[in-house]
Amino acid sequence: MTARARGVAVLALLVAAATGCRLDARDDYLGDKDPRSFGLGRAASAAQIAALDIDVSPDGAGLPAGSGTPEQGAAVYAANCAACHGDKGEGKPPFPALISSPRPAFDFATDFKIPKTVGNYWPYATTLYDYIRRAMPLAAPGTLTPDQTYAVTAYLLQQEQVIAPGTVLDAKSLPQVKMPARDRFVVDDRRGNRGGKDVR
Amino acid sequence: MPESSHRSDDAISRRALIAGAAAAAGGALLAGLPADAQQAPAAKSTTPVPPAIIPDDPTKAPGAPTSPLGSRSTFVRAVRAPTGEITGTSFTPLQNLRGTITPSDLHFERHHAGVPAIDPDKHTLVIHGLVDRPLEFSLADLERFPSVTRIHFVECSGNGRAAYRTPKPEMTPQMVDGMTSNSEWTGVPVSVLLREARVKPEGKWFLAEGADACRLARSIPINRGLDDALIVFAQNGEPLRPEQGYPMRLLLPGVEGNANVKWLRRIKVGTDPFMTRWETSKYTDPLPGGKSRMFSFEMDAKSIITSPAYPEKLSGPGWRAITGLAWSGRGRITRVDISTDGGRTWADAEIAGTVLSRAHTRFQRMWNWDGNETLIMSRATDDSGYVQPTMTQLKHARGPGTDYHFNSIRAWRVRRDGTVTFEAAT
Repeated sequence: MTARARGVAVLALLVAAATGCRLDARDDYLGDKDPRSFGLGRAASAAQIAALDIDVSPDGAGLPAGSGTPEQGAAVYAANCAACHGDKGEGKPPFPALISSPRPAFDFATDFKIPKTVGNYWPYATTLYDYIRRAMPLAAPGTLTPDQTYAVTAYLLQQEQVIAPGTVLDAKSLPQVKMPARDRFVVDDRRGNRGGKDVR
Repeated sequence: MPESSHRSDDAISRRALIAGAAAAAGGALLAGLPADAQQAPAAKSTTPVPPAIIPDDPTKAPGAPTSPLGSRSTFVRAVRAPTGEITGTSFTPLQNLRGTITPSDLHFERHHAGVPAIDPDKHTLVIHGLVDRPLEFSLADLERFPSVTRIHFVECSGNGRAAYRTPKPEMTPQMVDGMTSNSEWTGVPVSVLLREARVKPEGKWFLAEGADACRLARSIPINRGLDDALIVFAQNGEPLRPEQGYPMRLLLPGVEGNANVKWLRRIKVGTDPFMTRWETSKYTDPLPGGKSRMFSFEMDAKSIITSPAYPEKLSGPGWRAITGLAWSGRGRITRVDISTDGGRTWADAEIAGTVLSRAHTRFQRMWNWDGNETLIMSRATDDSGYVQPTMTQLKHARGPGTDYHFNSIRAWRVRRDGTVTFEAAT
C-alpha cells in the first residue's frame, strides 16, 4: 500500500467511525492483520465448472448446441411429461397445468384460481429450457438430451400459441421468443430495506 | 384433521408421484429415489405412547441410565405435519413451542424434489462467473474461515396461503403459519468467500444453486452477498439437518425462505438476474393492474397468537396469558399490540427477553376472560415503522388473488364454551 493509499484508508476509517457507517461489510469479520486472502479452498478447474454450469440466462447464455421442433416435442412430452401434467398439459393436481387455452388476461390478482401457465405467466422462454434441464422429469431429472429439451420446450410454446408450428428452437432462436408475460413483472416496489408504513 | 387441509397447493406427495410415475413406466422411475422418500408417511397417531412402566413414585428407585442421544418425554407430542411430501411442505407446530428457538427436528420443511442424501466428503461449493479466482470449498475449508453465529427466522413466502385461500375454523397455528422457524445459525459470511474469489466490478448478481434433484436456483443481488448473507453449516449448535440443507446452505436474514438455497453447491456471479423458474413463474406476487412483483425478498412484519388457539379449549373465565410470536424480515419487532375485543381496542403486549433483528420474538399479555364470545388478535410493528395490516388492507393493496407474503393480522374466536377457532377475516 502506498503512503497515499494508506492516507485514503485512514481517512475513510475516520469518516466511517464518525458517521457510524460500515466502511466495507466484508471487513467486519476480519482482523486488522488478516491478509487480503486466506488462500483457503482450491482453484476450480474449467472442466469442473463446465460440469456444474447448467444455467440459461434470458440472453441465451448457457444454451447448448442442438435443436427441436414442436412436432418432435409432442412425442417427448407424451413419453416424459403427460403422466403428471396431463395429455393436454391441463395439469393433474397437485401437478401444475402447463397449458391453458384460451389464454386468460393477466388478471391474476383478481382470482388465485386462474391457472398460471407457460404462455400466460412465464416471462422468459429461456427459463423453460433452464427449468426442464435442471429439474424435469421429476422422477428422472437430467435424462433428456439437449435436442429433446429444445423439442419439448417448442411443443409447450406452440401449444400455448407463442410460436408457430414447425418453428425450430435452438440456442439462437429460443432467446428471441417474446413471451406474452414478458412486460408484466416489476421488481419489488415495496419500501425496500427501510420498510415503512405502506401496505404494498 | 384431513391431510389436505394443510398441504400447500403445489405439494406433491409420494402417492401422487407414484401415481404419475406408475402411469408412465409402471413405477420403475421411482427406483432412483432415495430410500427415505419411499417410506410410508408416518402414522398419524396423536396419542402419546408412554413407556412400558411409569412408576407411581419416581423417587423410590433409580431412573434410566445415560444414553447417546436425548429424546423428548414420551408424554410430549409435537410433530411436523403433513409428512410424506416429496415436493411439498411440512409445518412447524407453533402451538407446541415456547420461547423463540425452533427445535431443529421441528423446523418446517419445504423442498421441491425431496431431501437429498449428501456425503459431505463429496460435496463442495464452487464459486465462479465474474470473479478473478474461481474457487472450490469443502465443508472443512469453510470451517477454517472466521465464522459468525446469528439467530434468524426462515419463513416460506407462501406461509399462510392455506389460511388465506381455504380458511377453516379448525386450523391450528401450525396449519395457519407453520412455515416459519427460528434457529441459531453458524457459518461463514458470503462476503468473506467473495473476497477470496474477488468479484469483478461488473458482478451485480449471483446465482445460488442447490445439489438437490431440481438443482433449485435463485438470483441474489451481490450487495446482499456483501452485506449480511451467510453460508451456514450449523443450526442450533450441531451440523445442519438434511432437511435444512446439510452440509451447507445460503442464509439470507429476513428474506423469503426459497432464496435461502439449501444443499448449496454453486455460486455464479453475473451481471443480471438469471431468471430461474423460482423467481419468475413462482415466488412472484400478482398485483392489481396486470402486474406481478418479482424479487420481493423481505418478509414483512407478522405475528400470530399461538395460545389460546385451536384446538385449545379454555376451562373457564379468569386470568390467562395470551402469547405468540412476532417477526419481521426488515429488522426488529418494536411492539406487539393485542386486542381481545375484535380489534376495537388494542393494548401493548410484553415482549420477552432480548429482541433480535429478523428473528422470532415472543410476546405475551395477561387477559382476564369474562366468559363472553370474542375475537383475540395480535398486531406487530417493526423498527421501520411498518404495522402488520388487516386482511382487508392487504387485499386492497394486492388484490384478492395475490400470492405469497400473506402477513395479515390473524384472529382467534373464543366462544362461551371455551372453544377457540381460527378466524380468517380481519
